[in-house]
Amino acid sequence: MAGAAGSGGVPMTASPTRAEVCVAACADTWRDAGEVLAHAVGTIPSVGARLARLTHSPELAISDGECFLMSEPPPLGKTAAAGGTIEAWVPFRAIFDLLNSGRRQSMMGASQVDAYGNQNISSIGDWRRPTRQLIGVRGAPGNTVNHRVDYFVGKHSRRVFVERVDVVSGVGNDRARAFSGTALRFHHLGVVITDLAVLDYDGSGRLKVRSLHPGVTAGQVSENTGFDIDVSTATTTRLPTDEELRLIREMIDPTGLRDR
Amino acid sequence: MADKTMTLSDVVRHVESGMTIGIGGWGSRRKPMAIVRELLRTDVKDLTVVTFGGPDVGLLCRAGKVRKLVYGFVSLDSIALDPHFRAARESGAIETAEYDEGMFVTALRAGVNRFSFLPSRAGLASDVLAMNPNLKTVRSPYDDEEYVAVPGLRMDVSFIHLNRADAHGNGQYLGNDPYFDDMFAMASDRCFVSVEKIVDTASLTEHAPHQSLLVSRLFVHGVVETPNGAHFTTCEPDYGRDERFQAHYAATAADDSWQAFRTRFLDTDEAGYQREVQAWREQQAVGASR
Repeated sequence: MAGAAGSGGVPMTASPTRAEVCVAACADTWRDAGEVLAHAVGTIPSVGARLARLTHSPELAISDGECFLMSEPPPLGKTAAAGGTIEAWVPFRAIFDLLNSGRRQSMMGASQVDAYGNQNISSIGDWRRPTRQLIGVRGAPGNTVNHRVDYFVGKHSRRVFVERVDVVSGVGNDRARAFSGTALRFHHLGVVITDLAVLDYDGSGRLKVRSLHPGVTAGQVSENTGFDIDVSTATTTRLPTDEELRLIREMIDPTGLRDR
Repeated sequence: MADKTMTLSDVVRHVESGMTIGIGGWGSRRKPMAIVRELLRTDVKDLTVVTFGGPDVGLLCRAGKVRKLVYGFVSLDSIALDPHFRAARESGAIETAEYDEGMFVTALRAGVNRFSFLPSRAGLASDVLAMNPNLKTVRSPYDDEEYVAVPGLRMDVSFIHLNRADAHGNGQYLGNDPYFDDMFAMASDRCFVSVEKIVDTASLTEHAPHQSLLVSRLFVHGVVETPNGAHFTTCEPDYGRDERFQAHYAATAADDSWQAFRTRFLDTDEAGYQREVQAWREQQAVGASR
């Protein structure tokens, strides 16, 4: 095979994969976030958080997924027991105070997302007797009213992008705006990154397409979204730079977990 | 000082049908599994179970012990969902109070402090309020803020599993995360601690920092020594999760295979459980070496 192969078998000269485009888009969400905990759920968002820290946002803090902040992270998907350098102890009991303080920015997953960014990870169907029990609301209600939250959706489909979510776990823009008083002033939804596109919110708080990943058509996104979505102002998602590709392939994810 | 050591059967005699019980740990981590297994052998039922749930919830649901579950989540960590919990939810077998994780901690903290509620921003505008219609919000007397008034959680009895304790009930965690076990102890009328090893008071601090002594005897009613008693969940640094056995537990959830799992591992006492687990592991090792 021509070119210098990374240990994951990806030739360094190979053009960026869709997963790598998503990683760079995820990394961009933490640009200018400041000295906060970059909380990432899932492999591609985690690679993105590490990429952000190694490029434009070295001040970000990264956790080992358990109770340590790491100045040098452990191998991807592993805890501090597997290596790295511990810089702070943040057991679960401290995490909730930390997120209430606002010094955190999350990228979470979503089983359902509606047009206003309401997110569901709790259950499908009537919550009293769901047709499918999911993991529960977990921290989504608290995260979304305390600090910026973005979502990553690995497969853009009508099953995920629905007219109404079954259980509002992460709070959407319509609900936050309808709430009186100052209580939800920290509510801040950023973007939704999928395998097809980067979505953000228009002036009314409704999802629109910010950019289509290279090779994706507007029709593909519309067909796979269960509500009307504005694609009229969509640009093309940027490609990762050569330096970003090198970091992703050689340093952050040499075994190619992002492609699984 | 009182000797609070007791047996597993002594512990579960404190549980009556209809009680609210708390279970420490987090997901599939440092769960008082030996006590949970002992509870399965009793005829108590209609329990309200309060926990960051793992296989404790799955086993209790499967055994029909649970009337209501108050939880932040139920997960096996390396396996996203406990299959018995999932089945209980999807068949409508249990009542639930599903909270945001931070709200759940707020409820525990209020219980510890004997407050009727504590304020929480988490939960506002989400369907946690719809799913828990008893929850009310409260306006700040100082400014234009509004909070969920999370009611304090008090438990009749709670169970936690720690690495070490003395006979008087001073408990010690040696892993990286204490989870919320001290709060479970303090928010309960009676807390029972299972430990890997009961040691002299003086030796608790011989090899570990004072900060590891998070659970004091003031909140502990009884101590039981149950080596490997958190199995198959983690009890770092004494042992990690038995992932293969957990996978076996999850894979046998269907009715036809569950009967065999139950007969072999649960319809016996704790010593029998540990013996069968050891035998199962040896069988797996033999199978793997072929």
